[in-house]
Amino acid sequence: MGAGSERFRALFEPRGVLVAGASSHPGKFGFVSLHNILACGYSGKVFATNRDGGEVLGVRCVTDVADLPDGEIDLVFVCTPAAANPDLLRACAKKGITAAFIASAGYGEAGEEGLAAQGELVALADELGILLAGPNGQGVVSPPVGLCAQIVGPFPPPGRIGIASQSGNFVSSFENYAQLTGVGVSRAVSAGNAAAVGVPDYLEYFADDPATAVALAYVESVGDGRAFSERLRGVAARIPVVVVKGGASTGGQKAAASHTGALASDDRVFDGAMRQAGVSRAATVEQGFEVAATFASQPLPRGNRVVVITTVGGWGVVAADAIAGTDLELAPLPADLMAAVDALLPPRWSRNNPVDMAGGETRDTVPEILRLAAEHPEVDAVLFLGMGIQSNQAKLMREGPFWPDHGLERIVGYHERQDARYAEATAEISEASGKPVLVATELAVTSPDNPGPATVRAGGRLCYPSANRAIVALDHLWRRSRWLARRGLG
Amino acid sequence: MPTLSEAASKELLGAFRVPFPAEHRVATADAAVEAAAALGHPVVVKLGGDAIAHKTERGLVRLGLGSADAVRDAADALLAAATPDDGEVHLLVAPMLRATRELIAGLHDDPQFGMTVMLGVGGILAEAVADVSFRLAPIERTDAEEMIDDLALQALLGPFRGEPAVDRDAVAEVLLGLSEAAAARPDIASADLNPLLVVDGRPVAVDALVELR
Repeated sequence: MGAGSERFRALFEPRGVLVAGASSHPGKFGFVSLHNILACGYSGKVFATNRDGGEVLGVRCVTDVADLPDGEIDLVFVCTPAAANPDLLRACAKKGITAAFIASAGYGEAGEEGLAAQGELVALADELGILLAGPNGQGVVSPPVGLCAQIVGPFPPPGRIGIASQSGNFVSSFENYAQLTGVGVSRAVSAGNAAAVGVPDYLEYFADDPATAVALAYVESVGDGRAFSERLRGVAARIPVVVVKGGASTGGQKAAASHTGALASDDRVFDGAMRQAGVSRAATVEQGFEVAATFASQPLPRGNRVVVITTVGGWGVVAADAIAGTDLELAPLPADLMAAVDALLPPRWSRNNPVDMAGGETRDTVPEILRLAAEHPEVDAVLFLGMGIQSNQAKLMREGPFWPDHGLERIVGYHERQDARYAEATAEISEASGKPVLVATELAVTSPDNPGPATVRAGGRLCYPSANRAIVALDHLWRRSRWLARRGLG
Repeated sequence: MPTLSEAASKELLGAFRVPFPAEHRVATADAAVEAAAALGHPVVVKLGGDAIAHKTERGLVRLGLGSADAVRDAADALLAAATPDDGEVHLLVAPMLRATRELIAGLHDDPQFGMTVMLGVGGILAEAVADVSFRLAPIERTDAEEMIDDLALQALLGPFRGEPAVDRDAVAEVLLGLSEAAAARPDIASADLNPLLVVDGRPVAVDALVELR
């Protein structure tokens, strides 16, 4: 890694952090950022400056950066007014600080004067060798090292998704999904005005970053679209890149002399450029997160043949419909797999894909059928539907007036252990076979403490709220797999 | 931006393997009749010239001419329809190709992304259907193949109403040819192959319009 990467490491894994402009007012950025850094388990040293000195949240504030120790601080989180920041950066550079996150506003978003100040700050940071993030951004988090240098919640669980966004609020949205699903985040940063460092810069760092396996970005404007595409292609050749694009519908067709030009809406050109670059473009924010979470927690399928295994028919039918709308294929059930499943289930099972067990499954058949399907050479991925039903009933018993008598305690415990076991089996079988094994049930959202979804979550995988959402995510994995293979990158 | 005549557009793109039908460029009605006889009826006769771009809108395309007399009448009428603004004009005589499937392909210089290659479902509803795929030029064969895969109306590309499936390699060749043309001729601002007919499964561009910078 070059000097550039070192400075990104100062931003995401600082040895020490300085909050410049710490405030005793709990509504101010200078308080909230210090609070979050102290509250989320950051193990490095934390320092603060304040015009009047004093103490905030138990941290003694210095009035002058010169009074801070040398070489112990990598990152300054800047909440001071724009006019104070050039002197602040000079003083920080003398202390060995190599990264600054500028939360302060009053720059490029604030008219010509602000834009001029922003330009000067960028030039100064460059001269001082400081990586300048922001300005006018919400902050940076790095859950693996407990760093929560941001002015909004939540602090997501640690994981392997690296997030960069042109909108700070979407960083927060993705962090909320990480918290909801348990599939965690390695880094997240709001690019703010992106004066010196933009989304492609962060994504390129993520490709270098051992803590990050998947890049997830929200973008609205791409500036030089060709340069943007080429840089993202470079990242996508190394790690999966998921992009959510805002403003997709605003650029309508341009007035053009040619028919080709008339058909060239901004969105169609952007879409083509992303496909060419191997970037997974998600249609919505939640889809963006789910696709990234799937890249982070499932192996890539080597083909597009999916087997759907369900405890009841309807879900399988809908899953088959969802597959029909993608590049995936409902695998014809191979004869030997059919025979093997036949030996495990009563004759009423579907004898087709989706494999509808029709309630004929017993304690051991679910894991066994999942394993047989995943290990079959003519199957590339497995989707399991219907987990958690018994535990859902068990919950009624556990919370009802007859608990724990009438044999309820025994049967409830049995069902809960079963669902947890099925969930464990999906992860084990996926790891053993090297193939994606996805689980979908609305209980992931409606009853996340159900032992089925809770066990999937504890294993670091996403429990999808519906079959179609699982299929959409899997389709993105397959398309990336195919993009890599066709270009000799797989 | 100057536009090239249909004949000059075809000459430019034809050098990059874009398939056009055999076509005769002639000056007189007599020569048009002779050319039609050589090609075999029915034929299409169009009025061409450097200043003539949108022929259909001006009624300068005569289709399905099945006899020498029909060709002569059409040629006379087209030559008479030329205005002084059209400058030097000529007649293009081409075989009348029958196709139920039409594609559209072209080059477009996007203000943000630069030169792009496009493939779409063509025909008079092309802009309403908007089943199109773009890539940034230059493209590789894999990109061209994936553009074909991108089209939503895949049923149009399979065997269709007694005609064979579209030759995907040949369509990819057209897209690669456009991409090569853009690379070799940076003065190309845009190009349209509209329609790109599918004749016996193979793409043939029966019209071309190149805009120069």
